[in-house]
Amino acid sequence: MFTLSILLAIPYGKYIAKVYGGEKTLLDPIFNPIERIFYKISGINPQTEMNWKQQMVALITINMVWFLLGMVVLMNQDNLPLNPDKNPSMSADLAFNTVISFVVNCNLQHYSGESGLSYLGQYWLMFLQFVSAGTGMAAAVVLFRAFRDKSSETLGNFYNTFVKSCTRILLPVSFVIAIILAFEGTPMTFEGKDAITTLQGDSVEVSRGPAAAFVPIKHVGTNGGGFFGVNSAHPFENPSYLSNMVEMVAQLIVPLAMIFAFGYFIRRRKLSWMIFGVMTVGFLMLTIPNINMEMNGNPAIAAMGIDNSLGAMEGKEIRLGAPASGFWSIVTTVISTGSVNSMHDSSMALSGMNELLAMMINAFYGGVGVGILNFFIFIILAVFISGLMVGRTPEFLGKKVEAREMKIAMIIALLHPFLILVGTALAAASPQYTMDSLNNPAFHGLSEMLYEYTSSSANNGSGFEGLGDNTPWWNISTGFVLILSRFLPIIGPVAIAGLLAQKKYVPEGDGTLKTDTATFGLMVFAVIAIVAALAFFPVLALGPIAEYFSLY
Amino acid sequence: MKKHILPAIKLTAVMILFFTVIYPLAVWGIAQFAPNAGKGEIIEHNGKKHYVNIGQSFTEDNYFWPRPSAVDYNAAGSGGSNKGPSNEEYLAEVQARIDTFLVHNPGVDKSEIPVDLVTASGSGLDPNFSVQAAKVQVARIAKIRGIDEVKLNQLIDEQTEKPLWGMFGPEKINVLKLNIALDQLK
Repeated sequence: MFTLSILLAIPYGKYIAKVYGGEKTLLDPIFNPIERIFYKISGINPQTEMNWKQQMVALITINMVWFLLGMVVLMNQDNLPLNPDKNPSMSADLAFNTVISFVVNCNLQHYSGESGLSYLGQYWLMFLQFVSAGTGMAAAVVLFRAFRDKSSETLGNFYNTFVKSCTRILLPVSFVIAIILAFEGTPMTFEGKDAITTLQGDSVEVSRGPAAAFVPIKHVGTNGGGFFGVNSAHPFENPSYLSNMVEMVAQLIVPLAMIFAFGYFIRRRKLSWMIFGVMTVGFLMLTIPNINMEMNGNPAIAAMGIDNSLGAMEGKEIRLGAPASGFWSIVTTVISTGSVNSMHDSSMALSGMNELLAMMINAFYGGVGVGILNFFIFIILAVFISGLMVGRTPEFLGKKVEAREMKIAMIIALLHPFLILVGTALAAASPQYTMDSLNNPAFHGLSEMLYEYTSSSANNGSGFEGLGDNTPWWNISTGFVLILSRFLPIIGPVAIAGLLAQKKYVPEGDGTLKTDTATFGLMVFAVIAIVAALAFFPVLALGPIAEYFSLY
Repeated sequence: MKKHILPAIKLTAVMILFFTVIYPLAVWGIAQFAPNAGKGEIIEHNGKKHYVNIGQSFTEDNYFWPRPSAVDYNAAGSGGSNKGPSNEEYLAEVQARIDTFLVHNPGVDKSEIPVDLVTASGSGLDPNFSVQAAKVQVARIAKIRGIDEVKLNQLIDEQTEKPLWGMFGPEKINVLKLNIALDQLK
């Protein structure tokens, strides 16, 4: 599955590089006229060159528009059309959390799809899944541009890259996957709940909806917000092992392809192999133990003397099985998807820790566009540290890294642990607001709170879903974490790239530190390990690690 | 910022039209050729319709029991138990499920009960269980229905779905289909 994703990602990366480079591609005849209509109606000239600041202003403006419009839609959905199940409008704090969470590509869901949203609400969120992914990619392209040209002020046009990301990169793949899912059994209907009588004679209702169009973009755009409450564990959202494979490839393909696209775009393919190598080593170090632990199952249940050979089945589906669920649990947290096909709250203690670590690092592949931006921060740190160690001027791709860039990189690298740890500490210190929402006692309860803030700050969106998180405390506090952890880590790396782009190009010489070698890759890995381990080890020791020892 | 507001609003409007109206309609159009026109796969039995992919609750002794469910198989919603692996209350619940099973299935040894029969699925709507989960219930059903055990085991073999392309994923049985076939045996 993983190999297949890589094989697909390499040509797709080439295609992405062509799209951003403005070269001819196969889909031009379809999308050229469509995009012309877009620009004509909105009065945008996609050829106007912008510097990095202008791009960021454009990015934030359009995100504000989505946020305000989203509040209106979600708070009034009971009076709007396409609501066959008569679901109510959202409260202000829930709408605040939901809209932000979808605008920032996180998709933390404090509601349940079946009862919390009308189909119009669902489709509004689907729109945000497209455009928030496009936003992240457009930001990454600013970085791409900054290193392609030797020295430049202007870095392309935000609207141009943003629209192209949505139409030419995200949409075609989503469309193909939507059709596969529809034929595998995912519903695509605008009819509401169906009342049926079971074989045994009970009356139950079955939620349906236009889910087949919704599910692909949640993966391709690494959004992760499910149509139904339990996301891809739902037998409609993920009906078979085949659909599970398709959805897995769907979430891996764009983040992987972006790495290769970077290499093609700046014509340094070796660099993208270095990045890919570091990310993959990190990914496998988290994945393999998880598959193993989930297959071994819960020792406390094995001790009861039953047949435990299927592994840890609490919160998992038979059609998917423990290995595929363990694999998915890391794919979805390493990449900022956050869709789940098993309940992470019921994962084994150390699997839960790996899921947390994946989000704490947030740069092994990472979300569409933003994964590479996060990784870029670690590269800059590694360049600086290795520069100091060997006594050379820190340079990256022929640009001197100086105090100003370093300050930005440090702030961004520390922001993530800061938001997670302060958030969790505040929640733990305010039991009057948070105690009632916990679903599990002791160490695992702390893990639930920690997971919620980690998932918010990593813009991931999965959860230890036992947490009763639809309260003003969780809605508002995670809402603010979401905004900060989305826009600062976009602006920071883009600012560094913008600043570096303006600098004079220094040709590579004997004194240059090579950044596309395995040695440098090791250095980046060490920086990541140290930042993550030092910042997060204490709290992990109190949560999942303590729980692990309580089980044996 | 000001000069970006108007273009941003207009671009948003036209993109909403494209991504939330045209794209879903295209998918919907193609889904008309999917099983049951994209309304969810169903099987009809005795004039009643059932969703193949949505598990149902079976509590009576003369049917194969499905896995426990945190939402009692009411597909108006969905949900798992979200209990952590070390939660004492949860472990007591699993123990109680084992005990209940043993009371209803005398003669079965504890070590024959597969773990999926005593743990709740993630969705609460899992339509499947493992092959062992069916086999361990054969003796009970054979006795109540007065059907030969060999015949029941044959039925289980017929209903077993092989892994995808013979290699991916576990073997499984759709509980609803199995129970419908069981009703038809008489």
